[in-house]
Amino acid sequence: MPFTPPKESYNGKTFELTIGQGDKAVTVGGENVLAFHAFEGSVPREPAVAFEVQDMPPDDWPETVAEVFKNVSSGPVTWAKYCQDSLGAGIIALRLVSTHPDRGDASADQAAETVRKVLAAINVPLIVLGSNHAEKDAAVLVKVAEVLKGTNSLLGKAQESNYKTIVAAAMANDLKLIAMSELDINLSKQLNILIGQMGFDKEKLVTDPMSSALSYGLEYTYSVMERIKLAALAQNDATLQAPMLADVGMFVWKVKETQAAEADLPAWGSLRERGIEWEAVTATSFLIAGADILIMRHPEAIGAVKKFIADMEVK
Amino acid sequence: MLIIGEKLSIIAKRVREAMLKKDKGPIQEIAKRQWDEGSRMIDANIGPAEDGGEELMEWMVTTIQEVVSAPVCLDTTNYKAIEAGLKVHNNEWGRPLINSTSNDPERFPMLELAAKYNSQIIGLTVGKGGLPADAEERCAIAAEIMARAMEYGVPLEDIYLDPLVLQIATSQDHAMHVIRAIKMFQELNDPPMKTVVGLSNISNGCPKHVRPILNKYYAALLMYNGLTAAIADSHEIGEVSKTIDVITGKTLYAHSYLEM
Repeated sequence: MPFTPPKESYNGKTFELTIGQGDKAVTVGGENVLAFHAFEGSVPREPAVAFEVQDMPPDDWPETVAEVFKNVSSGPVTWAKYCQDSLGAGIIALRLVSTHPDRGDASADQAAETVRKVLAAINVPLIVLGSNHAEKDAAVLVKVAEVLKGTNSLLGKAQESNYKTIVAAAMANDLKLIAMSELDINLSKQLNILIGQMGFDKEKLVTDPMSSALSYGLEYTYSVMERIKLAALAQNDATLQAPMLADVGMFVWKVKETQAAEADLPAWGSLRERGIEWEAVTATSFLIAGADILIMRHPEAIGAVKKFIADMEVK
Repeated sequence: MLIIGEKLSIIAKRVREAMLKKDKGPIQEIAKRQWDEGSRMIDANIGPAEDGGEELMEWMVTTIQEVVSAPVCLDTTNYKAIEAGLKVHNNEWGRPLINSTSNDPERFPMLELAAKYNSQIIGLTVGKGGLPADAEERCAIAAEIMARAMEYGVPLEDIYLDPLVLQIATSQDHAMHVIRAIKMFQELNDPPMKTVVGLSNISNGCPKHVRPILNKYYAALLMYNGLTAAIADSHEIGEVSKTIDVITGKTLYAHSYLEM
Protein backbone atom coordinates (compact mmCIF):
# COMPACT_ATOMS: atom_id res chain seq x y z
CA MET A 1 0.00 0.00 0.00
CA PRO A 2 1.45 3.40 -0.93
CA PHE A 3 2.17 5.81 1.88
CA THR A 4 -0.25 8.72 2.11
CA PRO A 5 1.09 11.57 4.20
CA PRO A 6 -1.45 12.58 6.83
CA LYS A 7 -2.96 16.03 6.34
CA GLU A 8 -4.31 18.30 9.04
CA SER A 9 -7.39 20.35 8.33
CA TYR A 10 -8.77 23.13 10.49
CA ASN A 11 -12.10 24.85 11.12
CA GLY A 12 -10.77 28.39 11.27
CA LYS A 13 -8.79 30.78 9.13
CA THR A 14 -7.02 34.05 9.79
CA PHE A 15 -8.39 37.38 8.63
CA GLU A 16 -6.99 38.98 5.51
CA LEU A 17 -5.71 42.45 6.23
CA THR A 18 -4.68 45.13 3.73
CA ILE A 19 -2.56 48.17 4.52
CA GLY A 20 -1.89 51.06 2.19
CA GLN A 21 -3.73 51.99 -0.96
CA GLY A 22 -3.81 51.43 -4.68
CA ASP A 23 -1.40 49.10 -6.44
CA LYS A 24 1.17 49.47 -3.63
CA ALA A 25 -1.25 48.11 -0.99
CA VAL A 26 -0.08 44.99 0.82
CA THR A 27 -2.40 42.19 1.96
CA VAL A 28 -1.45 39.47 4.42
CA GLY A 29 -3.28 36.61 6.16
CA GLY A 30 -6.28 34.59 5.02
CA GLU A 31 -4.67 31.18 5.47
CA ASN A 32 -6.49 28.17 6.95
CA VAL A 33 -3.33 26.16 7.73
CA LEU A 34 -0.11 26.64 9.65
CA ALA A 35 2.62 28.75 8.09
CA PHE A 36 3.81 27.49 4.69
CA HIS A 37 1.52 24.41 4.88
CA ALA A 38 0.02 25.17 1.48
CA PHE A 39 -0.07 21.42 0.81
CA GLU A 40 -2.78 21.08 3.45
CA GLY A 41 -5.03 24.00 2.58
CA SER A 42 -5.01 27.54 1.38
CA VAL A 43 -2.21 30.08 1.84
CA PRO A 44 -3.37 32.97 -0.35
CA ARG A 45 -0.80 35.55 0.81
CA GLU A 46 2.91 35.79 1.48
CA PRO A 47 4.23 37.26 4.71
CA ALA A 48 5.37 40.87 4.29
CA VAL A 49 8.55 42.60 5.45
CA ALA A 50 8.66 46.27 6.49
CA PHE A 51 11.89 48.31 6.58
CA GLU A 52 12.35 50.12 9.86
CA VAL A 53 13.00 53.87 9.69
CA GLN A 54 13.40 56.14 12.69
CA ASP A 55 12.60 59.79 13.23
CA MET A 56 16.10 60.44 14.57
CA PRO A 57 19.57 59.20 13.62
CA PRO A 58 20.14 55.61 14.75
CA ASP A 59 22.75 56.42 17.36
CA ASP A 60 22.14 53.17 19.26
CA TRP A 61 22.32 50.87 16.22
CA PRO A 62 25.54 48.84 15.80
CA GLU A 63 27.86 49.83 12.99
CA THR A 64 26.88 46.82 10.82
CA VAL A 65 23.39 48.13 10.30
CA ALA A 66 23.92 51.87 10.96
CA GLU A 67 26.50 52.22 8.18
CA VAL A 68 24.00 51.06 5.54
CA PHE A 69 21.94 54.16 6.20
CA LYS A 70 24.71 56.62 7.14
CA ASN A 71 24.10 58.91 4.18
CA VAL A 72 20.32 59.06 4.61
CA SER A 73 19.57 58.57 8.29
CA SER A 74 19.91 62.21 9.31
CA GLY A 75 16.22 62.61 8.45
CA PRO A 76 13.28 60.19 8.22
CA VAL A 77 12.20 61.43 4.78
CA THR A 78 15.52 60.71 3.04
CA TRP A 79 15.79 57.46 5.00
CA ALA A 80 12.32 56.27 4.02
CA LYS A 81 12.79 57.28 0.38
CA TYR A 82 16.09 55.41 0.27
CA CYS A 83 14.42 52.26 1.59
CA GLN A 84 11.60 52.55 -0.91
CA ASP A 85 13.52 53.69 -4.00
CA SER A 86 16.94 52.07 -3.60
CA LEU A 87 16.28 49.02 -1.42
CA GLY A 88 12.87 48.09 -2.82
CA ALA A 89 10.95 48.32 0.45
CA GLY A 90 7.30 47.29 0.07
CA ILE A 91 6.36 48.75 3.46
CA ILE A 92 7.97 51.44 5.63
CA ALA A 93 7.75 51.16 9.42
CA LEU A 94 8.39 54.58 10.93
CA ARG A 95 9.32 54.46 14.59
CA LEU A 96 8.89 57.72 16.50
CA VAL A 97 11.85 57.15 18.81
CA SER A 98 12.40 60.84 19.51
CA THR A 99 9.05 61.14 21.27
CA HIS A 100 10.32 58.98 24.13
CA PRO A 101 10.84 61.11 27.28
CA ASP A 102 14.43 59.81 27.54
CA ARG A 103 15.26 60.21 23.84
CA GLY A 104 14.36 63.84 23.19
CA ASP A 105 10.74 63.96 24.28
CA ALA A 106 9.56 65.37 20.95
CA SER A 107 5.98 66.59 21.10
CA ALA A 108 2.95 64.92 19.57
CA ASP A 109 2.68 67.80 17.09
CA GLN A 110 6.31 67.38 16.02
CA ALA A 111 5.69 63.65 15.55
CA ALA A 112 2.59 64.34 13.48
CA GLU A 113 4.58 66.70 11.29
CA THR A 114 7.25 64.04 10.74
CA VAL A 115 4.59 61.52 9.75
CA ARG A 116 3.02 64.04 7.36
CA LYS A 117 6.38 64.56 5.61
CA VAL A 118 7.16 60.86 5.33
CA LEU A 119 3.68 60.14 4.00
CA ALA A 120 4.14 62.78 1.31
CA ALA A 121 7.49 61.34 0.25
CA ILE A 122 6.55 57.67 -0.19
CA ASN A 123 3.85 55.70 -1.97
CA VAL A 124 4.24 52.32 -0.23
CA PRO A 125 2.13 51.43 2.86
CA LEU A 126 3.19 52.95 6.16
CA ILE A 127 3.35 51.50 9.66
CA VAL A 128 3.74 54.13 12.37
CA LEU A 129 5.06 53.05 15.75
CA GLY A 130 5.35 55.00 18.97
CA SER A 131 8.39 54.87 21.19
CA ASN A 132 7.03 52.07 23.40
CA HIS A 133 6.40 54.50 26.25
CA ALA A 134 2.79 53.65 27.01
CA GLU A 135 1.76 57.02 28.38
CA LYS A 136 3.52 59.13 25.77
CA ASP A 137 2.42 56.87 22.93
CA ALA A 138 -1.21 57.51 23.80
CA ALA A 139 -0.72 61.26 23.36
CA VAL A 140 1.50 60.96 20.27
CA LEU A 141 -0.51 58.37 18.37
CA VAL A 142 -3.76 60.32 18.71
CA LYS A 143 -2.19 63.24 16.81
CA VAL A 144 -0.47 60.93 14.35
CA ALA A 145 -3.73 59.11 13.62
CA GLU A 146 -5.32 62.35 12.44
CA VAL A 147 -2.53 62.82 9.90
CA LEU A 148 -2.91 59.22 8.75
CA LYS A 149 -6.66 59.50 8.18
CA GLY A 150 -7.68 58.06 4.85
CA THR A 151 -4.33 56.34 4.17
CA ASN A 152 -5.24 52.89 5.49
CA SER A 153 -1.98 52.83 7.43
CA LEU A 154 -1.13 50.56 10.36
CA LEU A 155 -0.85 52.31 13.73
CA GLY A 156 0.81 50.92 16.85
CA LYS A 157 1.12 49.82 19.42
CA ALA A 158 -1.91 49.66 21.65
CA GLN A 159 -1.13 48.01 24.98
CA GLU A 160 -3.17 47.07 28.03
CA SER A 161 -2.32 50.35 29.75
CA ASN A 162 -3.08 52.73 26.87
CA TYR A 163 -5.34 50.92 24.43
CA LYS A 164 -8.50 52.95 24.99
CA THR A 165 -7.15 56.21 23.61
CA ILE A 166 -5.27 54.59 20.75
CA VAL A 167 -8.17 52.36 19.71
CA ALA A 168 -10.49 55.37 19.67
CA ALA A 169 -7.99 57.27 17.50
CA ALA A 170 -7.62 54.36 15.08
CA MET A 171 -11.40 54.01 14.83
CA ALA A 172 -12.00 57.71 14.28
CA ASN A 173 -9.47 57.78 11.44
CA ASP A 174 -10.23 54.38 9.93
CA LEU A 175 -6.79 52.89 10.51
CA LYS A 176 -5.48 49.39 11.07
CA LEU A 177 -4.13 48.80 14.56
CA ILE A 178 -1.40 46.78 16.28
CA ALA A 179 -2.34 45.32 19.68
CA MET A 180 0.71 44.33 21.71
CA SER A 181 0.87 42.26 24.86
CA GLU A 182 3.93 41.01 26.64
CA LEU A 183 4.55 37.37 25.79
CA ASP A 184 1.36 36.03 27.32
CA ILE A 185 -1.15 34.29 25.12
CA ASN A 186 -4.04 34.76 27.54
CA LEU A 187 -3.38 38.48 27.90
CA SER A 188 -3.03 38.75 24.15
CA LYS A 189 -6.49 37.26 23.73
CA GLN A 190 -7.83 39.44 26.53
CA LEU A 191 -6.50 42.63 24.91
CA ASN A 192 -8.07 41.68 21.58
CA ILE A 193 -11.39 41.08 23.37
CA LEU A 194 -11.23 44.44 25.16
CA ILE A 195 -10.42 46.21 21.89
CA GLY A 196 -13.32 44.42 20.22
CA GLN A 197 -15.65 45.47 23.02
CA MET A 198 -14.88 49.09 22.20
CA GLY A 199 -16.42 48.46 18.80
CA PHE A 200 -13.14 48.09 16.89
CA ASP A 201 -13.50 45.76 13.90
CA LYS A 202 -11.54 42.58 14.67
CA GLU A 203 -10.65 42.33 11.00
CA LYS A 204 -8.62 45.53 11.23
CA LEU A 205 -6.38 44.28 13.99
CA VAL A 206 -2.80 42.98 14.00
CA THR A 207 -1.58 41.03 17.01
CA ASP A 208 1.95 41.60 18.30
CA PRO A 209 2.62 38.97 20.95
CA MET A 210 5.99 40.73 21.55
CA SER A 211 9.15 39.80 19.77
CA SER A 212 12.55 38.72 21.01
CA ALA A 213 15.92 37.74 19.56
CA LEU A 214 17.57 34.40 18.92
CA SER A 215 18.96 33.08 22.22
CA TYR A 216 17.25 35.91 24.09
CA GLY A 217 13.75 34.51 24.54
CA LEU A 218 13.01 33.61 20.91
CA GLU A 219 11.41 30.34 22.03
CA TYR A 220 8.86 32.25 24.14
CA THR A 221 7.69 34.38 21.23
CA TYR A 222 7.76 31.35 18.96
CA SER A 223 5.62 29.32 21.31
CA VAL A 224 3.06 32.09 21.89
CA MET A 225 2.77 32.72 18.15
CA GLU A 226 2.34 29.06 17.41
CA ARG A 227 -0.36 28.68 20.06
CA ILE A 228 -2.20 31.77 18.80
CA LYS A 229 -2.18 30.32 15.30
CA LEU A 230 -3.43 26.96 16.54
CA ALA A 231 -6.25 28.57 18.55
CA ALA A 232 -7.19 30.60 15.47
CA LEU A 233 -7.26 27.53 13.23
CA ALA A 234 -8.11 24.49 15.35
CA GLN A 235 -10.46 26.21 17.84
CA ASN A 236 -11.75 28.76 15.33
CA ASP A 237 -11.19 31.45 17.95
CA ALA A 238 -12.10 34.73 16.25
CA THR A 239 -10.33 36.77 18.91
CA LEU A 240 -7.02 35.32 17.74
CA GLN A 241 -7.49 35.31 13.97
CA ALA A 242 -5.77 38.63 13.33
CA PRO A 243 -2.48 38.52 11.39
CA MET A 244 0.60 38.57 13.62
CA LEU A 245 3.46 41.03 13.70
CA ALA A 246 7.08 40.36 14.67
CA ASP A 247 9.06 43.51 15.45
CA VAL A 248 12.40 41.82 14.92
CA GLY A 249 15.09 44.44 14.32
CA MET A 250 14.76 46.30 17.60
CA PHE A 251 15.42 43.13 19.57
CA VAL A 252 18.16 41.66 17.41
CA TRP A 253 20.41 44.70 17.04
CA LYS A 254 20.95 45.17 20.73
CA VAL A 255 22.11 41.69 21.74
CA LYS A 256 25.75 40.88 22.34
CA GLU A 257 26.07 38.66 19.27
CA THR A 258 25.34 41.58 16.93
CA GLN A 259 27.70 43.95 18.78
CA ALA A 260 30.74 42.13 20.20
CA ALA A 261 33.93 42.96 18.30
CA GLU A 262 35.89 40.25 16.49
CA ALA A 263 39.00 41.27 18.42
CA ASP A 264 37.28 40.41 21.71
CA LEU A 265 35.61 37.21 20.50
CA PRO A 266 37.55 35.86 17.51
CA ALA A 267 35.81 32.46 17.78
CA TRP A 268 32.48 34.08 16.92
CA GLY A 269 33.64 35.00 13.43
CA SER A 270 32.82 38.05 11.33
CA LEU A 271 30.81 40.62 13.26
CA ARG A 272 29.08 41.83 10.12
CA GLU A 273 27.92 38.39 8.96
CA ARG A 274 27.03 37.41 12.48
CA GLY A 275 24.68 40.39 12.88
CA ILE A 276 22.95 39.93 9.55
CA GLU A 277 22.50 36.23 10.11
CA TRP A 278 21.21 36.84 13.62
CA GLU A 279 18.45 39.04 12.26
CA ALA A 280 17.65 36.69 9.35
CA VAL A 281 17.47 33.58 11.53
CA THR A 282 15.34 35.29 14.17
CA ALA A 283 12.95 36.56 11.49
CA THR A 284 12.58 33.27 9.63
CA SER A 285 11.88 31.49 12.92
CA PHE A 286 8.91 33.78 13.51
CA LEU A 287 7.69 33.22 9.97
CA ILE A 288 7.60 29.51 10.67
CA ALA A 289 5.75 30.17 13.93
CA GLY A 290 3.12 32.09 11.97
CA ALA A 291 4.12 35.77 11.77
CA ASP A 292 2.53 37.65 8.84
CA ILE A 293 4.38 40.99 9.04
CA LEU A 294 8.02 41.47 10.00
CA ILE A 295 9.73 44.74 10.89
CA MET A 296 13.44 44.48 10.11
CA ARG A 297 16.53 46.65 9.74
CA HIS A 298 19.37 45.23 7.63
CA PRO A 299 18.67 44.98 3.88
CA GLU A 300 20.79 41.85 3.52
CA ALA A 301 18.90 40.12 6.31
CA ILE A 302 15.66 41.19 4.64
CA GLY A 303 16.98 39.83 1.35
CA ALA A 304 17.70 36.47 2.97
CA VAL A 305 14.22 36.35 4.51
CA LYS A 306 12.56 37.21 1.18
CA LYS A 307 14.55 34.46 -0.50
CA PHE A 308 13.42 32.05 2.20
CA ILE A 309 9.77 33.02 1.59
CA ALA A 310 10.19 32.52 -2.16
CA ASP A 311 11.91 29.16 -1.60
CA MET A 312 9.00 27.97 0.51
CA GLU A 313 6.77 28.45 -2.55
CA VAL A 314 3.99 30.11 -0.64
CA LYS A 315 1.91 30.82 -3.68
CA MET B 1 -20.16 22.63 23.49
CA LEU B 2 -22.87 23.35 20.96
CA ILE B 3 -26.01 24.67 22.65
CA ILE B 4 -29.20 23.97 20.70
CA GLY B 5 -31.68 26.51 22.06
CA GLU B 6 -34.72 24.64 23.41
CA LYS B 7 -37.08 27.53 23.97
CA LEU B 8 -39.09 27.30 20.76
CA SER B 9 -41.22 24.38 21.87
CA ILE B 10 -44.91 23.85 21.37
CA ILE B 11 -45.11 22.88 25.03
CA ALA B 12 -44.62 26.53 26.02
CA LYS B 13 -47.92 28.40 25.96
CA ARG B 14 -46.59 31.60 24.42
CA VAL B 15 -44.83 29.70 21.63
CA ARG B 16 -47.85 27.49 20.98
CA GLU B 17 -50.11 30.51 20.61
CA ALA B 18 -47.65 32.20 18.26
CA MET B 19 -47.47 29.02 16.17
CA LEU B 20 -51.27 28.83 15.98
CA LYS B 21 -51.63 32.46 14.98
CA LYS B 22 -48.49 32.41 12.79
CA ASP B 23 -47.32 35.42 14.75
CA LYS B 24 -43.62 35.90 13.94
CA GLY B 25 -42.98 38.40 16.75
CA PRO B 26 -42.61 36.08 19.76
CA ILE B 27 -40.85 33.35 17.74
CA GLN B 28 -38.22 35.73 16.40
CA GLU B 29 -37.76 37.44 19.75
CA ILE B 30 -37.10 34.11 21.48
CA ALA B 31 -34.85 32.86 18.68
CA LYS B 32 -32.79 36.04 18.77
CA ARG B 33 -32.48 36.00 22.54
CA GLN B 34 -31.22 32.42 22.47
CA TRP B 35 -28.66 33.35 19.82
CA ASP B 36 -27.45 36.28 21.94
CA GLU B 37 -27.11 33.96 24.92
CA GLY B 38 -24.89 31.58 22.96
CA SER B 39 -27.17 29.08 21.20
CA ARG B 40 -25.60 28.30 17.86
CA MET B 41 -28.49 26.15 16.65
CA ILE B 42 -32.19 26.66 17.35
CA ASP B 43 -34.57 23.77 18.09
CA ALA B 44 -37.99 24.07 16.47
CA ASN B 45 -40.26 21.67 18.35
CA ILE B 46 -43.68 21.58 16.74
CA GLY B 47 -44.84 18.39 18.45
CA PRO B 48 -46.48 15.57 16.47
CA ALA B 49 -48.11 18.22 14.24
CA GLU B 50 -50.48 15.86 12.51
CA ASP B 51 -52.49 18.65 10.89
CA GLY B 52 -50.69 21.34 8.95
CA GLY B 53 -47.27 20.14 10.09
CA GLU B 54 -45.57 20.79 6.79
CA GLU B 55 -46.71 24.35 6.58
CA LEU B 56 -45.89 24.96 10.24
CA MET B 57 -42.32 23.63 10.06
CA GLU B 58 -41.68 25.55 6.86
CA TRP B 59 -42.92 28.70 8.58
CA MET B 60 -40.84 28.04 11.70
CA VAL B 61 -37.59 27.50 9.79
CA THR B 62 -37.95 30.62 7.67
CA THR B 63 -39.19 32.72 10.60
CA ILE B 64 -36.19 31.72 12.74
CA GLN B 65 -33.63 32.13 9.99
CA GLU B 66 -34.95 35.58 9.09
CA VAL B 67 -33.45 36.90 12.32
CA VAL B 68 -30.77 34.42 13.39
CA SER B 69 -27.76 33.27 11.33
CA ALA B 70 -27.92 29.71 12.64
CA PRO B 71 -29.05 26.28 11.51
CA VAL B 72 -32.30 24.82 12.83
CA CYS B 73 -32.92 21.53 14.63
CA LEU B 74 -36.17 20.15 13.18
CA ASP B 75 -38.02 18.56 16.04
CA THR B 76 -41.14 16.53 15.23
CA THR B 77 -42.22 12.96 14.58
CA ASN B 78 -43.98 14.10 11.40
CA TYR B 79 -41.85 12.93 8.47
CA LYS B 80 -43.48 15.26 5.97
CA ALA B 81 -43.05 18.26 8.24
CA ILE B 82 -39.33 17.49 8.53
CA GLU B 83 -39.03 17.28 4.77
CA ALA B 84 -40.86 20.58 4.34
CA GLY B 85 -38.46 22.20 6.82
CA LEU B 86 -35.39 20.76 5.12
CA LYS B 87 -36.54 22.12 1.76
CA VAL B 88 -36.57 25.73 2.96
CA HIS B 89 -33.62 25.51 5.38
CA ASN B 90 -30.81 27.95 4.58
CA ASN B 91 -27.56 25.98 4.92
CA GLU B 92 -25.36 29.07 4.69
CA TRP B 93 -24.77 29.10 8.46
CA GLY B 94 -24.59 25.34 8.96
CA ARG B 95 -26.50 22.21 8.10
CA PRO B 96 -29.84 21.35 9.71
CA LEU B 97 -30.30 18.62 12.32
CA ILE B 98 -33.21 16.17 12.20
CA ASN B 99 -34.66 15.33 15.61
CA SER B 100 -34.78 12.32 15.37
CA THR B 101 -34.41 8.72 14.20
CA SER B 102 -34.29 5.78 16.62
CA ASN B 103 -34.48 2.01 16.63
CA ASP B 104 -38.23 2.19 16.07
CA PRO B 105 -39.03 1.19 12.45
CA GLU B 106 -41.46 4.08 12.22
CA ARG B 107 -38.49 6.42 12.58
CA PHE B 108 -36.25 4.78 9.95
CA PRO B 109 -37.50 7.01 7.12
CA MET B 110 -35.91 9.98 8.87
CA LEU B 111 -32.55 8.56 7.75
CA GLU B 112 -33.77 8.66 4.18
CA LEU B 113 -34.42 12.38 4.59
CA ALA B 114 -31.00 12.95 6.13
CA ALA B 115 -29.35 11.27 3.14
CA LYS B 116 -31.55 13.01 0.59
CA TYR B 117 -31.09 16.53 2.02
CA ASN B 118 -27.53 16.12 3.32
CA SER B 119 -28.78 16.83 6.84
CA GLN B 120 -27.37 15.85 10.20
CA ILE B 121 -29.57 13.65 12.36
CA ILE B 122 -30.06 12.72 16.01
CA GLY B 123 -30.11 8.98 16.75
CA LEU B 124 -32.15 8.46 19.90
CA THR B 125 -31.06 5.17 21.46
CA VAL B 126 -34.49 3.75 22.16
CA GLY B 127 -36.38 1.01 20.36
CA LYS B 128 -40.02 0.16 20.02
CA GLY B 129 -40.07 -1.94 23.15
CA GLY B 130 -39.58 0.59 25.92
CA LEU B 131 -36.66 2.33 27.53
CA PRO B 132 -33.05 1.07 27.57
CA ALA B 133 -32.05 -0.38 30.94
CA ASP B 134 -28.47 0.87 31.15
CA ALA B 135 -25.49 2.26 29.21
CA GLU B 136 -24.73 -1.07 27.56
CA GLU B 137 -28.21 -1.37 26.15
CA ARG B 138 -27.99 2.18 24.85
CA CYS B 139 -24.73 1.28 23.10
CA ALA B 140 -26.24 -1.81 21.51
CA ILE B 141 -29.06 0.30 20.10
CA ALA B 142 -26.58 2.96 18.99
CA ALA B 143 -24.65 0.34 17.03
CA GLU B 144 -27.84 -0.73 15.26
CA ILE B 145 -28.69 2.87 14.39
CA MET B 146 -25.17 3.40 13.04
CA ALA B 147 -25.32 0.28 10.88
CA ARG B 148 -28.67 1.34 9.51
CA ALA B 149 -27.43 4.86 8.84
CA MET B 150 -24.64 3.45 6.68
CA GLU B 151 -27.19 1.41 4.73
CA TYR B 152 -29.14 4.58 4.06
CA GLY B 153 -25.98 6.45 3.07
CA VAL B 154 -25.77 8.76 6.08
CA PRO B 155 -22.13 9.32 7.16
CA LEU B 156 -21.45 8.53 10.82
CA GLU B 157 -19.99 12.03 11.23
CA ASP B 158 -23.50 13.38 10.65
CA ILE B 159 -25.09 11.45 13.51
CA TYR B 160 -25.56 12.79 17.03
CA LEU B 161 -26.26 9.88 19.40
CA ASP B 162 -28.78 10.74 22.12
CA PRO B 163 -28.80 8.39 25.14
CA LEU B 164 -32.16 9.76 26.34
CA VAL B 165 -31.93 11.65 29.60
CA LEU B 166 -34.60 10.57 32.08
CA GLN B 167 -36.06 12.36 35.09
CA ILE B 168 -33.93 12.21 38.18
CA ALA B 169 -37.02 12.34 40.36
CA THR B 170 -38.31 9.03 39.00
CA SER B 171 -35.27 7.29 37.44
CA GLN B 172 -32.27 8.29 39.47
CA ASP B 173 -30.05 5.41 38.27
CA HIS B 174 -30.31 6.61 34.70
CA ALA B 175 -28.46 9.84 35.43
CA MET B 176 -25.24 7.82 35.67
CA HIS B 177 -26.25 5.38 32.92
CA VAL B 178 -26.51 8.34 30.57
CA ILE B 179 -23.12 9.75 31.57
CA ARG B 180 -21.52 6.35 30.94
CA ALA B 181 -23.35 6.04 27.64
CA ILE B 182 -21.95 9.42 26.48
CA LYS B 183 -18.47 8.12 27.19
CA MET B 184 -19.07 4.76 25.53
CA PHE B 185 -20.78 6.20 22.42
CA GLN B 186 -17.59 8.03 21.52
CA GLU B 187 -15.71 4.75 21.42
CA LEU B 188 -18.03 3.29 18.80
CA ASN B 189 -16.14 4.99 15.99
CA ASP B 190 -12.94 6.79 15.07
CA PRO B 191 -13.29 9.78 14.86
CA PRO B 192 -15.50 9.60 17.96
CA MET B 193 -19.28 9.67 17.51
CA LYS B 194 -20.97 12.98 18.26
CA THR B 195 -23.41 13.07 21.15
CA VAL B 196 -26.39 15.15 22.22
CA VAL B 197 -28.84 15.22 25.13
CA GLY B 198 -32.15 16.86 25.92
CA LEU B 199 -30.65 18.31 29.06
CA SER B 200 -33.57 19.72 31.01
CA ASN B 201 -35.33 16.38 31.09
CA ILE B 202 -33.09 15.51 34.04
CA SER B 203 -34.99 18.00 36.20
CA ASN B 204 -38.44 17.48 34.74
CA GLY B 205 -40.92 17.18 37.59
CA CYS B 206 -38.58 18.78 40.15
CA PRO B 207 -39.35 21.98 42.07
CA LYS B 208 -38.81 25.09 39.97
CA HIS B 209 -35.93 26.48 42.02
CA VAL B 210 -34.05 23.16 41.88
CA ARG B 211 -34.29 22.71 38.13
CA PRO B 212 -31.52 25.09 36.99
CA ILE B 213 -29.17 23.65 39.60
CA LEU B 214 -29.68 20.10 38.41
CA ASN B 215 -29.42 21.16 34.77
CA LYS B 216 -26.15 23.04 35.27
CA TYR B 217 -24.29 20.43 37.29
CA TYR B 218 -25.48 17.67 35.01
CA ALA B 219 -24.30 19.64 31.98
CA ALA B 220 -20.86 20.03 33.56
CA LEU B 221 -20.54 16.29 34.19
CA LEU B 222 -21.72 15.40 30.70
CA MET B 223 -19.34 17.90 29.10
CA TYR B 224 -16.45 16.55 31.10
CA ASN B 225 -17.30 13.18 29.61
CA GLY B 226 -17.19 14.56 26.08
CA LEU B 227 -20.74 15.65 25.25
CA THR B 228 -20.84 17.42 21.86
CA ALA B 229 -24.19 19.21 22.04
CA ALA B 230 -27.16 19.82 24.32
CA ILE B 231 -30.70 20.89 23.58
CA ALA B 232 -30.95 23.29 26.47
CA ASP B 233 -31.73 26.75 27.77
CA SER B 234 -28.70 28.84 26.78
CA HIS B 235 -29.53 31.42 29.43
CA GLU B 236 -29.21 28.71 32.03
CA ILE B 237 -26.13 26.82 30.85
CA GLY B 238 -24.18 29.34 28.75
CA GLU B 239 -21.86 30.02 31.66
CA VAL B 240 -21.35 26.31 32.42
CA SER B 241 -20.63 25.57 28.77
CA LYS B 242 -18.03 28.33 28.40
CA THR B 243 -16.38 27.49 31.70
CA ILE B 244 -16.08 23.77 31.08
CA ASP B 245 -14.75 24.50 27.58
CA VAL B 246 -12.02 26.59 29.21
CA ILE B 247 -11.26 24.02 31.93
CA THR B 248 -11.02 21.20 29.41
CA GLY B 249 -8.84 23.30 27.08
CA LYS B 250 -11.29 23.57 24.18
CA THR B 251 -11.22 27.37 24.39
CA LEU B 252 -8.22 29.49 25.24
CA TYR B 253 -8.63 31.29 28.56
CA ALA B 254 -8.90 35.09 28.77
CA HIS B 255 -10.22 37.14 31.69
CA SER B 256 -13.30 38.07 29.66
CA TYR B 257 -14.03 34.55 28.43
CA LEU B 258 -17.60 34.67 29.74
CA GLU B 259 -18.33 37.72 27.62
CA MET B 260 -17.39 36.01 24.38
